[in-house]
Amino acid sequence: MSAGPAATRDWDLDAPALLVAEDFVKSYGGVHALRGVTFKARTGAVNVLVGENGAGKSTLMKILSGAEQATSGRIVLDGDVVEFRSPREAMARGIGIIHQELSLFPNLSVADNIFAGRELHNRGHLTDVREHRKQASAALSRLRQEISPDTMVGDLPIGTQQLVEIARVLSQDVRILIMDEPTSALSGTEVDVLFEVMEDLRKENVTIIYISHKLEEFRRIGDYVTVLRDGALVAEAPMSETDTAWIVQQMVGRSQSSLFTRTASTVGDVILQVEGLTVPGKPTALVDNVSFNVKAGEIVGIYGLMGAGRTELMETLIGTRIRSAGSIRIEGKEAGDSRVARRLAMGLALVPEDRQRDGLVQALSVRANVLLAIVGNLTKGLLLSNGRERDVANGQVQDLRIKVPSVDAQVTELSGGNQQKVVLARALLTKPKILLLDEPTRGIDVGAKTEIFRIMSGLADAGLGVLFVSSELAEVMGMADRVLVMARGRITADLPRDEVTQGLLVSASASSQAMKVSQ
Amino acid sequence: MNASPETEAKTPLPVEERRQPNTGARVAMLLLQGRTLIVLVVLIAVFSLISVDYLTQSNLLLMTKHVSITAIMAIGGTFVILTAGIDLSVGSIAGLSGMISGGLLYEGLKLPGGHTVWFSTVMVMAIGILVGAAVGAINGLLITKLNVAPFIATLGVLYVARGFADLRSGGGTFPNLAGTPARHNTGFDVLGVQSWFGVPVSIWAMVAVAALAIVVTTRTPFGRRVYAVGGNERAAELSGIRTARIKIAVYIISGACAALAGLILTSELGAAYPDTATTYELNAIAAAVLGGTSLFGGKGTIIGTVVGAFVIGYLSDGLVLVGVSPFWQLVVKGTVIILAVVLEQTQERVKARMAT
Repeated sequence: MSAGPAATRDWDLDAPALLVAEDFVKSYGGVHALRGVTFKARTGAVNVLVGENGAGKSTLMKILSGAEQATSGRIVLDGDVVEFRSPREAMARGIGIIHQELSLFPNLSVADNIFAGRELHNRGHLTDVREHRKQASAALSRLRQEISPDTMVGDLPIGTQQLVEIARVLSQDVRILIMDEPTSALSGTEVDVLFEVMEDLRKENVTIIYISHKLEEFRRIGDYVTVLRDGALVAEAPMSETDTAWIVQQMVGRSQSSLFTRTASTVGDVILQVEGLTVPGKPTALVDNVSFNVKAGEIVGIYGLMGAGRTELMETLIGTRIRSAGSIRIEGKEAGDSRVARRLAMGLALVPEDRQRDGLVQALSVRANVLLAIVGNLTKGLLLSNGRERDVANGQVQDLRIKVPSVDAQVTELSGGNQQKVVLARALLTKPKILLLDEPTRGIDVGAKTEIFRIMSGLADAGLGVLFVSSELAEVMGMADRVLVMARGRITADLPRDEVTQGLLVSASASSQAMKVSQ
Repeated sequence: MNASPETEAKTPLPVEERRQPNTGARVAMLLLQGRTLIVLVVLIAVFSLISVDYLTQSNLLLMTKHVSITAIMAIGGTFVILTAGIDLSVGSIAGLSGMISGGLLYEGLKLPGGHTVWFSTVMVMAIGILVGAAVGAINGLLITKLNVAPFIATLGVLYVARGFADLRSGGGTFPNLAGTPARHNTGFDVLGVQSWFGVPVSIWAMVAVAALAIVVTTRTPFGRRVYAVGGNERAAELSGIRTARIKIAVYIISGACAALAGLILTSELGAAYPDTATTYELNAIAAAVLGGTSLFGGKGTIIGTVVGAFVIGYLSDGLVLVGVSPFWQLVVKGTVIILAVVLEQTQERVKARMAT
């Protein structure tokens, strides 16, 4: 660390920036993912980008790596204005990206993956398989991986797959390396290896943009930190001038009260009792011996990072995933086999995380979507009663204030927030006793978020138990009467409202052991 | 449910009023749905210009009679395609049902003891349709319980059902289905030969099946669930819909419709041949697709499918009537199917562009 241009570690905000995103604006339909962000990646430094889910980090990186184009704004690389119409063009200028979601081909070998789309050719114009193997081995040994380049990627553990993804980018000539949550699937030692490689890259004057949620990790490796919130840049500073509390404060920003303040409802009996719930997975259990309860009138938040097992827990509760052990009791009755219809009848209902994939039937109207779970009850004789359908659907539209041109409009015509309310309306029509909400505010604007919270609060007042998953600190802290923290499939903390602090949540979400917290 | 306390909605929703601006979109939707109908009208116009015999009452009735077979099969197939499945076995099911029913009329049911049991005509028809429904149930069970892809499951059943059709007679024909009054099994010709009020019974059958199918798809909870399963199976499941049951049901419907078509064909021919309705599944699928049913599921109408069946039938018969060679008939038929789908894709793209 003593030689090389980047070794001085004398970082300040005026240092030269190799890549600048100037005044980026990006809108999807009516949703603004970025609202005029100017982000600088300083030359030869590790530039950390942080922010909560939906803050715009991934969108910013997609534009810088050519996967998407900004609605307005320009990219300045090395002093020149450039334009990337595809990832290939960005790559040609030396910008590589390691994606958060693996973008590997599980059915191909490690070497094939590393050279996918840029195969080398020998003199006979055939793929040079030997050269592929040689270079793949070199890239892997740089990452201290002793795996054969002929191994099928699908056969590797997920952490190793992540390293293959990293090897793929490193085997190309990158000047700027974007890493979007590269450690989410890595073990502690694998993270150490990655950081050593990053140190090497820094010595080679490679500029790194590093996106992460894990405070301790990025504080170890980062030189600069830039904070995004709700599509805008709110702060940037050399890492040495910051501390954890400051970063969290910048990320969360708004005081919790401005989002929504909940007054706790009267808490009743336990409605949902989960004990020792386990869902097997590779390499470790997706849900690992989880026990908790939810009482009537209580809003329980589950906080955790991506991949912590929160969604899997929700899916197991509603019955789309099969548990290998443990019990789920609703009002004292064991839930039995995993059939969604039965769980709904017992009083559970789920608003899923991905409303496009799991929530909406895009081809159908708002009315059909809202009524989907209860159409069987809306008949007159054998036929559906148009009048009753209309009444019930309109009732829900008014209760939840869903903004629609008419209940017969295609559900795809609605904004994200209103689509979410459609899914919520459907769940509520099954008259649940326990409402499960998985990231209920994902991808919707602040106004709609507040409304969703108001609805959740109203439901708790009416005696429902509400269990919701969120990756946003402000949300769980503002809304939950009790917070469960999940990490690596386990519950690592169970905190009543008045004991919750940002620091506790953050450290519990990075821990793999249950934290000893007095209740 | 009291989810929104205190404050009133700032803009109360004038639902009735705000339906107004949707009219334009509805006209566009109607045009979209009418696309196949426009093709049909053009088709009729062109052929009646070429041949004076095309647009005559007798020819229209004859062509529509042919259409009824394809339409009935395609209506059943539409249920399956709406769930994002496919049923390749309908032609074979039609053949098998024809052979089962034909055999019962011709030689009765031979029991091991040397006895022969005879069934009345109505019973014979009912058994034929039940056989089709049962084969459909096998399709559905293979797909839902054993996780066989619909294409493969029904392809396998296509061969198996055809094989059993051959096995029923050892590959031969049941040449005489007239029956005898003493056995109460006369009158099987009602389906394929007779007319009521001057219209062939098979056309009445098509109208009845279509009417029933329209009601089921648009006005019953089952119909709504069929669309939901095809549109988004995961969402349907989370809504408590038993998706496996819905899928099994649509294959049963498809099998029963195919069997009815098989009975009509057999009745029309006056004899049961084991290779009846071979490759008819392709016409059925083409009719559904021409009518705007999406092979990805969730989108499509029964009316569209019926119009699609008319396009295929009127086109085929028209080409024969004006004397186009059988080889060119195939080329024209295939081209029209592709063009119709290209047109749909174009209109979908236009629609998407208008929406944004």
